[in-house]
Formats: sequence, structure tokens, C-alpha cells
Amino acid sequence: MTGLPWLQHLLLAPILLPLLCGAALAPLTQGWHRLKFTLSYVSVLAQLLVALVLAAMTDGGYWPDGIGVYAAANWAPPFGIALVADRLSALMLVLTAVLGLASLHFAMLRWGRIGVHFHTLFQFLLMGINGAFLTHDLFNLFVFFEVMLAASYGLVLHGYNDERLRVSLQYIAMNLAASLLFLLGTALIYASAGTLNMADLALRVAALAPDDAGLLEIGATLLALAFLIKSAMWPLGFWLPSTYAAASPPVAAMLVLMTKVGAYAILRLWLLMFAPGSGPAAGFGHEALLAGGMATIVFGTAGMLSSDGAGRMAGYAATVSSGTLLAAIGYGQDSLVTAALYYLVGSTLAVAAFLLLIELIERIRTPRSAMLALTAEIWAVEDAPVEPVGRGVPAAMAFLALSFAACALMIAGLPPLSGFVAKFALFHALLNPPEGAVPAAAWTLMALVILSGLVAIVSMMRFGVRTFWANGGAVPPRMHRSEVMPVLFLLLLSGFLTVQAGPVFGYLGRASAGIHRPGDYVARVLATPAVPSPPHELQSAEERR
Amino acid sequence: MELIIALGIGIVFGSGIWLVLRPRTFQVLIGLMLMSYAVNLFIFIMGRLWIDRPPLTPAGSVPDPSAMADPLPQALVLTAIVIGFATTALYLVVMIGARGLTGTDHVDGREPEA
Repeated sequence: MTGLPWLQHLLLAPILLPLLCGAALAPLTQGWHRLKFTLSYVSVLAQLLVALVLAAMTDGGYWPDGIGVYAAANWAPPFGIALVADRLSALMLVLTAVLGLASLHFAMLRWGRIGVHFHTLFQFLLMGINGAFLTHDLFNLFVFFEVMLAASYGLVLHGYNDERLRVSLQYIAMNLAASLLFLLGTALIYASAGTLNMADLALRVAALAPDDAGLLEIGATLLALAFLIKSAMWPLGFWLPSTYAAASPPVAAMLVLMTKVGAYAILRLWLLMFAPGSGPAAGFGHEALLAGGMATIVFGTAGMLSSDGAGRMAGYAATVSSGTLLAAIGYGQDSLVTAALYYLVGSTLAVAAFLLLIELIERIRTPRSAMLALTAEIWAVEDAPVEPVGRGVPAAMAFLALSFAACALMIAGLPPLSGFVAKFALFHALLNPPEGAVPAAAWTLMALVILSGLVAIVSMMRFGVRTFWANGGAVPPRMHRSEVMPVLFLLLLSGFLTVQAGPVFGYLGRASAGIHRPGDYVARVLATPAVPSPPHELQSAEERR
Repeated sequence: MELIIALGIGIVFGSGIWLVLRPRTFQVLIGLMLMSYAVNLFIFIMGRLWIDRPPLTPAGSVPDPSAMADPLPQALVLTAIVIGFATTALYLVVMIGARGLTGTDHVDGREPEA
């Protein structure tokens, strides 16, 4: 511990906390479910705190260039595994912890109790996601992806029925194949560049021989395929809507974040490996990303229009948001990445809130569900008519309808919520290129985004009208406070994002500027020294000699 | 030697792809296993093919990099084998569960209408 300030060890906490918590929860039987939930909850709260501290540290000038490096096991980069926290990864860590908190809270009463290892798997999922955001080593990224996926297999199966089994079978097979592509890509990159450390890679890519550059591009393509399967780019994303619709709501909310992990990995790697001015391979693959992203928007939009169930609709909404994000990354303009990051945060919160809400809305259609036995309801008790005319709207129905409307506004990108701010920022960036006129691709992308928003509002309203207005026999559902709070929390957070758009954009702008300077990473990561051993160990080593 | 190994990996991987595209879950499982074997071999030879070169240095000597095989792919392949083995085993469990619950081993969970 000597030589390294203790705050530096915080970089490890987002991985260690869920690992230890998950391991501690594994042997506890279901009789202890209250204790399990409490421990799990405390762990997620601690992760949120650590993530916020890391964000403050990266943005507050604690580290030069806002990049904190942790050499795991004290191997000096590029030889060991380096963990790197910058503004982008800190932001993603905060988002993970926030979503984790909401999902876990939602799972308190029901979903966390019906399976033995829900909390363990949930913690391991968080560990995998956090690790993927922090690691600066390609193979380690693979390992964290596998941790995340293995946990997600268990979680998608959580609540075990026909539908979930069938979907899991396809989900697992798809992701196993994707993992193999990931390995192939990693091996090819190692074969051509001779390193797996991302910063070292950025340094070496610039000086590659043309033969090796070709090999590297093949490797990067295979790697990208693996990431794009995760982030559901057309035509690799057919697994997504059925998986989202089948998974239990708290799990589906976390899956929304997992699609963003793929986009994050592409953003990070591409800006390091194929940044402008990085030698023969500069700008590689951007057109493919842009075209693929646009195709994904079209696919998701068509899917939204044609889907009937709310679960599938949410899945296609996630597909659209993924497509928009990928297209914005592929477009390759600094200011657009800032807007895309804002869009990422906003749309993740919106779709996750929608997925949690769906379960509550479904209860209108099938009242007297299993929840009756479990919970004391807090809503629907005081449904005294408020309006002087007509039938009073019970508080539960009002809450559901208003939350649904808020989700619809955010997913469609209408004012006044965060979806609108995000799309406005995207368009602003597209219409203000750093030089020259607005290219045709920008117009196409804008048209597609507007079209997808229009279709989103049409299909969401169709669902809303059928559920809330045209459903004569709707019975106010029974909901527990623990299920209402997470939805409210996510929606309020989106509201906060909208009101505080200025400061948030400031932070995101700095994050985007940071990742567009690969030289900083090369300098900071490769200059990280190993901490010298404490003197007494040296002495004892000499004595042994 | 390179050609034989490359062809071997290609054939194993190709067989894996063919099996993965089959409609029965057991075929898919075997296909995934074949593909993962091929990928493991591929990672291994990405450290280049050497004969009679140890990946480790004897204690006390000054290492000469040109006399040694690249140890990193060997470490990577070990990790990849372990992870691949675990996830394949998990898939097997889900497969058996699906067989028991749906009564068919078709990947769609139901027999196609003839």
C-alpha cells in the first residue's frame, strides 16, 4: 500500500465491491432474503457513491488530463492489466449504479425472492459491466464481457418458464458465437500489433507495416462484430426484442444498459485505434458504422410500428436508440459524440423506466395477480373523486398513465423532456459541421431520427389509448411503493437531466474532448510506473540471496 | 506446417458453423464446441509456430527473447478454454431444461409444421 495514495485504490472498488458482495451472498439460503436484499442494496449504494467520487476526481483535476490509471498487481503498463478511469467511464459507472439501484429496488418484493441466486447474479452482472467500463486491456475486456454475459444468462432465465427458456437458448447460443468472434479478433490484433493494452495499441497502430495493418483491420472487424451483436445493430440484433420481452422487468432494465456496453467499447477502441492521424488505418470502419446505424434505426422503427406487446415495443425502442448511437459514433465528429453521450444516458433511463413500468401496466389487464397475496397496496385506497364532473381517476391509474406519457415523450424525443434535448443537440451538431456544408449523410440521419420519433409516438400512443382509455374494464392495479419508487426515480432523473442540461453538457463535452485525444491516454497509461516495493521486502530478498 | 494447421482449423471451424445452423439443440451445442476448439487453436498459433522453444525462462539466467516462444497466447488460450468450457456447460444445462419443459429438442421449442 505504501507509495500509492489510497484514493487510487478506488479505481478497483467498482469491481471488487460487487464481486465480494455476490460471493458473500451465494451461500445464504432464501430464508435470509431480507439480509440478502439489504447487503445487495448496500453494495449498489456504495458503487453509486464510488462512481460519483470517481466522476468528481476525473473532472476535478485530481489526475492530470482527467485520466486515472491503476496498474493491477503492480505490473507497469503495457505488461500488466491497466484499469483506467476517465470522464466517460466514470459517467458509465454512475449510469450503471443508478440503473442497478432502480432495478434492485423494483425487485425487492417479488423478483428478488422467487429465485435463490438472484442477488448473487445481479452483483456479478454489475461487476462485469463495471469492469468492462474500467479496463484498458482487450483480453481483460473479454473476461469482463464473459462475466457480464454469464450473469445475464442466469438472470434472463430468472423466473423460469417456457418462454424464457426458449429465448435463453437463442440468446446464449448467439452470445457464445459472439464471444468466439471476440476471441478471434483479439488474437488477430495481438498477432499484428503485439500488444493488448489499448494505449500501447494506439501507439503501435500508427507505425504498422501495411501487411500488419490489413491483419489488424480484419481483427478489428471481428471484434466490432462481437460488440455490434451486443448492441444489436441490424442485421445482428434479431435476438434483442424477444429477449427483452421475455426477461423479467428488473433484468430487462439492466439488459438495456448491456446494449450500451457494446457501443461504449466501440467508441473507446475506435477513437484510440483509428483516430484521425493514426497512420494507414485512420477512419477505418466509420462508414460501415454509420450505414449500419441507420439501417438499425429503420429496422427498429418498423419493428415498433408492427409490434403489439409493450415488451417488444420497448425492445425495438432500445434498438432504435442503439442505432442512433452507432450512427452518431460512425459519423465521426467530436461535437456529435457529446450529443450522442447525452442521448445514451437519456434513452437508457427512458427505456429502462418503460420496461419497469410495463409490468405495472400489465396488471391493469390482468388484475388480481399474484401480487395480491404479497403486498399491502398504498395506491387505489384513496380514490375519492377529485374532479367535480365525471368519474374520479384513481391515483394508481393517474400515476401509470402519466409515467407512461413521460416515457413516450422521452423515447419519441418530444419536448419538454430529455429526449427532446438529446435530439436537438444531435441536430445542432449535425447542422454545424466544423468545416464545409452539411453533407447528405447528415440530412439522411436527421430524417431517419425524426421519422423514428414520429413512429415511436404513434405506436406508443396506440398502446396508451388501448390500455388507458379504450379499456373499459380497467381495474386500478395494486402496486407497492417499492415498485413505484424506481420508476419515479428514473423519470425524475430524466427531468433532472433536462433541467440541468447545461452542466451535464459541459461534463459530456469534456468527456468527449478527452476521448478524442488518444495521445493523452498513451502518455498517461504508458508512463505509469510500478510502485517500488517497500524497503523491508528488498532487504529480506537480499538476505535470502 | 502452417498450411496443415491453418487447414485443420478452417475445417473444424467450418464444421462448427454448419452444425450451429442446424435445427436441433444438440447439434448447435456440438457446433459451438467445435468452433471454440478451432478458436482456441487459432489463439495458440497467433504466438507463431515454434519448435523446441520454452515459453519460460530458467531461473538465474538472462533471458534471450529470440530463443523463446511467446508465452502470452498460451496464457490467453488457457483463460479462453476455461471460460468457453464454463459457458458451454451452462448452455448444456439450459438445453436439457428446454428439452424437459417443451418436450422437443428443436431450437424453436416446438416441432415445425410438416
